[in-house]
Amino acid sequence: MSPDLEKIVGPRVSPEQWRKHRMRYVAPGLTLMLARVLLILSLFLPYWHMRLNAPQYPDGLHLTAYVNQLNGDVAEIDGLNHYIGMRPLNDAAKFERAVAVWAMVALVLLVEGAMYLHSRWALLLVIPAVTFPFFFLADMWFWMNLFGQNLDPKAPLSNAIEPFTPPILGTGKIGQFETIASMGWGLILAFTASGVIMLAMFLHRRAYKPLTEKGPSND
Amino acid sequence: MPALQEVMRQRELTPDDVLAAAKTYVPTGKHDEAIIFASGGHSGQMFMIGVPSMRLLRTIAVFTPEPWQGWGYGVGNEILEAGNAKDQELTWADTHHPALSETGGDYDGEWCFINDKANARVAVIDLRDFETKQIIKNPISMSDHGGTFVTPDTDYVIEGGQYATPLGWEYAPMQDYEEKYRGMVTFWKFDRDRGRIDPDQSFAIELPPYWQDLMDAGKKASAGWLFGNSINTEMAVGTLEEGGQSFEAGVSQRDMDYLHVMNMAKIIELYKAGKHEPINGFPVIRLQTLIDEGVLFFVGEPKSPHGVDITPDGKFIVVSGKLDPHVTIYGFENIQKAIADKKFTSNDQYGVPVLDFDACKVAQVEVGLGPLHTQFDDKGYAYTSLFLEPAVARWTLGGDFGDLNPEPDWTLVGKTNVHYNVGHLLTYGGDTVNPKGKFLVAMNKWSIDRFFPTGPLLPQNFQLIDITETGETMPLLYDMPIGFGEPHYAQMIEASKLKPWKVYPEVGWNPHKQAVDPNHTKSGKERIERKGDEVHVHMTVVRSHFAPEHIEVNQGDTVVWHVTSVERAQDATHGLAIPAYNMNLSIEPGEYVQIRFVADKAGTFPFYCSEFCSALHLEMMGYLRVKPAAVAQSQ
Repeated sequence: MSPDLEKIVGPRVSPEQWRKHRMRYVAPGLTLMLARVLLILSLFLPYWHMRLNAPQYPDGLHLTAYVNQLNGDVAEIDGLNHYIGMRPLNDAAKFERAVAVWAMVALVLLVEGAMYLHSRWALLLVIPAVTFPFFFLADMWFWMNLFGQNLDPKAPLSNAIEPFTPPILGTGKIGQFETIASMGWGLILAFTASGVIMLAMFLHRRAYKPLTEKGPSND
Repeated sequence: MPALQEVMRQRELTPDDVLAAAKTYVPTGKHDEAIIFASGGHSGQMFMIGVPSMRLLRTIAVFTPEPWQGWGYGVGNEILEAGNAKDQELTWADTHHPALSETGGDYDGEWCFINDKANARVAVIDLRDFETKQIIKNPISMSDHGGTFVTPDTDYVIEGGQYATPLGWEYAPMQDYEEKYRGMVTFWKFDRDRGRIDPDQSFAIELPPYWQDLMDAGKKASAGWLFGNSINTEMAVGTLEEGGQSFEAGVSQRDMDYLHVMNMAKIIELYKAGKHEPINGFPVIRLQTLIDEGVLFFVGEPKSPHGVDITPDGKFIVVSGKLDPHVTIYGFENIQKAIADKKFTSNDQYGVPVLDFDACKVAQVEVGLGPLHTQFDDKGYAYTSLFLEPAVARWTLGGDFGDLNPEPDWTLVGKTNVHYNVGHLLTYGGDTVNPKGKFLVAMNKWSIDRFFPTGPLLPQNFQLIDITETGETMPLLYDMPIGFGEPHYAQMIEASKLKPWKVYPEVGWNPHKQAVDPNHTKSGKERIERKGDEVHVHMTVVRSHFAPEHIEVNQGDTVVWHVTSVERAQDATHGLAIPAYNMNLSIEPGEYVQIRFVADKAGTFPFYCSEFCSALHLEMMGYLRVKPAAVAQSQ
């Protein structure tokens, strides 16, 4: 192994070290495994909910975002939005939804890769997975803001509603509607995965940092 | 509560008034416990009324064109046309007796049937969308009364005749009354899977011209039997013009008419064995066949009775003798024994065996003047409307019902006066095997002074009576004016048994097929296509626009207009009014409607949404332009 490559993949664990501190070396891998399971599971669960309350909708209107699709009363909300000149919801985040599943698979593979790097570089591989839920919310905000701030001035109610960005989490008000946005179980799992990965990185440093300090010849 | 006291003082309300109000008031957002399906009388429609609030929920268009539902104005035209008689378009009806479908003798909340006395028609209503699915004209009878009644599992819908005529819509002089005029009962086979009466499996029986009146199908102990009564066993033919008696007097001469006892199960077997002959193309089992096969018997019944009502266990038949102050109770077992022992006192003049009255009778209860119709509760009481008093009488049943209340069997318990001239009454599930008690409604024909006078024509009055307690106590709770026709009978079902659709299940739903229609239009696929002289408009409606909005055709073109509501929100109904062509559709969320007309009038016709749908409802319009034939040809 060339020294450069060895710098990236980090020190290997000797059989003797393995026997002596077995849990120490198994722990980072197991925690990363847990994070991967959480991320995969989250694919099948809603990431985000919005409920819109108005008197004429006693059961409210519901939107549910998965990483790759938007479900719920989309047609009804689009129907209402056309009065204020907002573009159809499914025009938003088309690229993100199209690539979401593959991107998630890539994230999971990167996290898996981090198991084999016993150096600081492992941190680099997990950054996308750790930041993913934050990215999801930021992207959500981006599109909400883009759509809400760019209403068609020729729409029937264009002068009745000021441009708006509904809160991405929590309660807001648009016209007669109260909007209540909340995290779905998918996003909660993704955030949990982020935390689990950070824990894994701590365990990772605890396991492999001593090996690095002692130098590659130390065994 | 000082505020309550103050209101009571100002409005001059008694504590009983306030109690009645508290028992019936349903605050906003809460729903009624029970639903009445009431005949609409000569409005030709049916009414849905909530109980205990007695609020009218909606009209269901049945036999009469009704613009709000578009019924006959583009929606349901072919269903209405199927009920026309001898090419005569019928635009009204005299709806009498609704019958909710039953399973095991109890309402199942799936279907409702109703008859038109005026023209002997029967309608089938689907209780998922409360829309009429079928109207069928009786092929042999001009009028009906003994319908609709269903068998315990709704295999058959029964339609008994009323005024005797020659069967098959024929002419015959009055001198031939006894020979050629006949009564009848029609057994309509109901195909529950298809939600339609199947005329090809239906048939009728021929009866003497006795003016058969109400009917009731046996249940439990008496399942498979049918009971009916009659009011003109005198066979009066009305001789007022010759210095004789009017029908009124002639029909009321005898002290006894005939309770008809029909072995329905065997009658159905006779039909299936082919023992019938066609009249006007419809299979009819002849009177002589019924006599020969021993499936029809008569028992005396006093006097020109109206109701024949079977107790919840099926063991007793209660006849209300209208011109006799008694209700007469017959035992099903007694009748069976009399038939088995051949206890016939005579035959009638057509040869029908007449069973010994005393052998069949279990009891008579003197209830009062003008007993018309009886229903039951869960405490062993029967309730009979007394037209002349006018009042509602409570009396006790015997047999297995005897232990359910403190009073002795077969005795009058109490009466509540009603206002006024009560016809039918109904109790909660009162004609099923499982009556609920609790509510009774007196269907009063006259209201006289109960409401603010509405000119010489006054509304009828539905009076809600609380029958929760035993004994004499039956307080009156509420008066509901009925200002749109004279309802005859009604049934009350638990609201929880009904499973109405909130919107049609899928976009493009055809309510006649109860399935998605292949011709429905999808959003984005709206178009106008010309096929020779036919112009097909494939339109969607959604708040707040039609697509397309411009339709231009040539005078003389046939316009086939396919309208699909792509709405999914509850109550987002649109109308489509095409005024110059006398059309108005109700297009409910998800519904597909097809209309077809010849654009024979040239001109510029705005069409618009006639159901207030949204803030931009007024703007929901379009133009139908019909180019004059001369202009179209010159181009």
